Amino acid sequence: MNLKTFSLDLKNKKRLIPQVLTLLFIVLLISYFTFNAQVNMDNRGIAFGFGFLTQEASFDIGFSLIDYDGSRSYARAFLVGLLNTLLVSVIGIIIATLIGVTVGIGRLSSNYLVAKFAEVYVEIFRNIPLLLQLFFWYFAALRALPLPEQAMNFNDISYLTVKGWYVPKFIWTNFSIFIYSVIAAFIAIIFVSKHAKKQREEFGKHIPSFYIGITLLFALPFLSFLIGGVELEFEIPVLKQMSATIFNFRGGVSIIPELMALAMALSMYTATFIAENVRAGILGVGKGQKEAAASIGLTKAQILKLVVLPQALRIIIPPTTNQYLNLTKNSSLAAAIAYPDIVLVFAGTALMQTGRAIEIVSITMGTYLLLSLSISSFMNWYNQSVAIKEK
Amino acid sequence: MFNTFKNLILIVSASLVLIACGQQGGGAGSKKSKTLQNTQKAGFVKCGVSQGLPGFSNADTAGNWSGIDVDVCRAVAAAVLGDADKVKYTPLSAKERFTALIAGEIDILSRNTTWTLSRDADIGLTFVGVNFYDGQGFMVRKNSGINSVNDFQSGISACTNTGTTTELNMRDFFNSKNISYEPIAFEKADEVVAAYDAGRCDTYTTDKSGLAAQRTKMTAPDDHKVLPETISKEPLGPVVRQGDAVWEDIVRWSLNVMIEAEEYGITSSNASSLKDSENPQIKRLVGSEGELGSAFGLDNEWSLRIIEQVGNYGEIYEKHIASTGIMPDRGPNELWTKGGILYVAPAR
Repeated sequence: MNLKTFSLDLKNKKRLIPQVLTLLFIVLLISYFTFNAQVNMDNRGIAFGFGFLTQEASFDIGFSLIDYDGSRSYARAFLVGLLNTLLVSVIGIIIATLIGVTVGIGRLSSNYLVAKFAEVYVEIFRNIPLLLQLFFWYFAALRALPLPEQAMNFNDISYLTVKGWYVPKFIWTNFSIFIYSVIAAFIAIIFVSKHAKKQREEFGKHIPSFYIGITLLFALPFLSFLIGGVELEFEIPVLKQMSATIFNFRGGVSIIPELMALAMALSMYTATFIAENVRAGILGVGKGQKEAAASIGLTKAQILKLVVLPQALRIIIPPTTNQYLNLTKNSSLAAAIAYPDIVLVFAGTALMQTGRAIEIVSITMGTYLLLSLSISSFMNWYNQSVAIKEK
Repeated sequence: MFNTFKNLILIVSASLVLIACGQQGGGAGSKKSKTLQNTQKAGFVKCGVSQGLPGFSNADTAGNWSGIDVDVCRAVAAAVLGDADKVKYTPLSAKERFTALIAGEIDILSRNTTWTLSRDADIGLTFVGVNFYDGQGFMVRKNSGINSVNDFQSGISACTNTGTTTELNMRDFFNSKNISYEPIAFEKADEVVAAYDAGRCDTYTTDKSGLAAQRTKMTAPDDHKVLPETISKEPLGPVVRQGDAVWEDIVRWSLNVMIEAEEYGITSSNASSLKDSENPQIKRLVGSEGELGSAFGLDNEWSLRIIEQVGNYGEIYEKHIASTGIMPDRGPNELWTKGGILYVAPAR
């Protein structure tokens, strides 16, 4: 609507009044509460400000992806919490998608046992509150896992114990060259698949771009080891006795049981909803589509890949986006089992030590908002790329 | 028609907001205690307690709270309302407690809270005194071979509560000993105990009184022991909001009266018979001499009611801490006249 039609359209103008008033009302309401909070805080001698972020945090965090100790700032502690939240969300989303797709397809299987098993799984895990599942995985796992001296041993390089899953640590030389080789592999793959598509569309020639891609993905990094000077060593965890009965592994990387339990609970729970989305998506593709595809001689795999999945994805993606968002937000339950996510570290310990409730809670809310918006805009972009393009 | 009506509603509500804006403010600085007025109007004291710490604040199966922290609120209720039972308890996590107090959801926070400079000065709170001198310690399994904090080695994992001073003390302690450690901080004490019990961590650290109390909740309490060392000072005491000096005084002196009553041998059973005592200090404490209550706007029998309905500090300690086996030895929580450090300003 341009300005000219706007000024002429009296009817529209009239409709605008309630909208403006509503907006005004909301603005007034917010400013009323802000003003109130300010007066109350002044009365109690509390200053508002974000200066505390640069102060020394003086508490330690048990699990961190970046270099951190208590002499770092609150801002650094916030970053540690945020990265831990992102880590568990990403792991959760990947596992939930894998389980969800498998179970969703499984529910439609003609094999009675598989279909029933998938159905029972969905009905159990989506109907029990997530917090309970979290406690179950955490405390059940803690009780079930062995003490370090009786650790489950995987080929003498990895050990699973009640204190965590110890895996070898990778120690790289010339790591950047390795990364470049991976990037180069991806660029080559894109190039090959574009070329393959052109060949297929213009000359009807089939190039096995998938296999070429896989080969490239392994070959280029392998070359970087051979001629690029990249070296990889492993630091293997070793058992150390610390007192008469206390043992623990030193060295390597420890995947703490809190992370395992949280990722497990989040993905098992969310996978049930994704499975239902997948089932809905596949059932939503008309039977005639499959029959038509079969009649022109496509194989079963081709039918799934070329006909069913592209149409099913359009149905699956929007509700699955919601599930990804839910999973990310649900990761805040971490505080219950001591996984140091942003809520436990920042909106918990840091809030407690500084007393800056309003500042810290707003930062945390803003962070979750930003996270959710990023996920949903990424998923919207992906959704648009698979949507029907009207011609 | 419908639209105009809707507009009207919007305009009215918007102007209501404006009016409300104009009326706001005031409260602080007035001479009378607003908290006291509100408490008397409501008919109960709003008291924030723990989510269950035996000896300090713990609810039985019927929902009745008891403990030495609970008794501070009961003393205030006896003083300002005449009945020690007129208390509304709000169980709070370590994380929630200060926000609840600042927001006015509670008027006294009596929840084994450590008095520190930053809490006192920075976040709108005022500590009124100390009702338990504690210190942070470590609990380990008896068979661990650890008999002192000097036996700890790098790589040890330590469970504790989040949002407490223990997280900070722990870091100071391990850093000073140059020991690397894995901190695991839970929100609720029950989960800390469960995780320690399951072997997730090698040691459990919190205030020693808390360790003693939580040990009773474990599957096999006798398999665990508290190490002898104390790594920090933890003066625990009640907290009030900043800005209401009269209320602050009421809570402070309700606590002091209980301690001083023990000093002068006044107990819940003999208090009323001591009205004609020879000792003027005893007479002041039981309300037969002087007008101590008028300074807070209370009657003269306020302190007598505290002693009669709640008891003196020695009685409270015996009932909640000593007889329950949490800390039979009073240690620093003994009167200054008997070798402890309980020493309060005289009520006169």
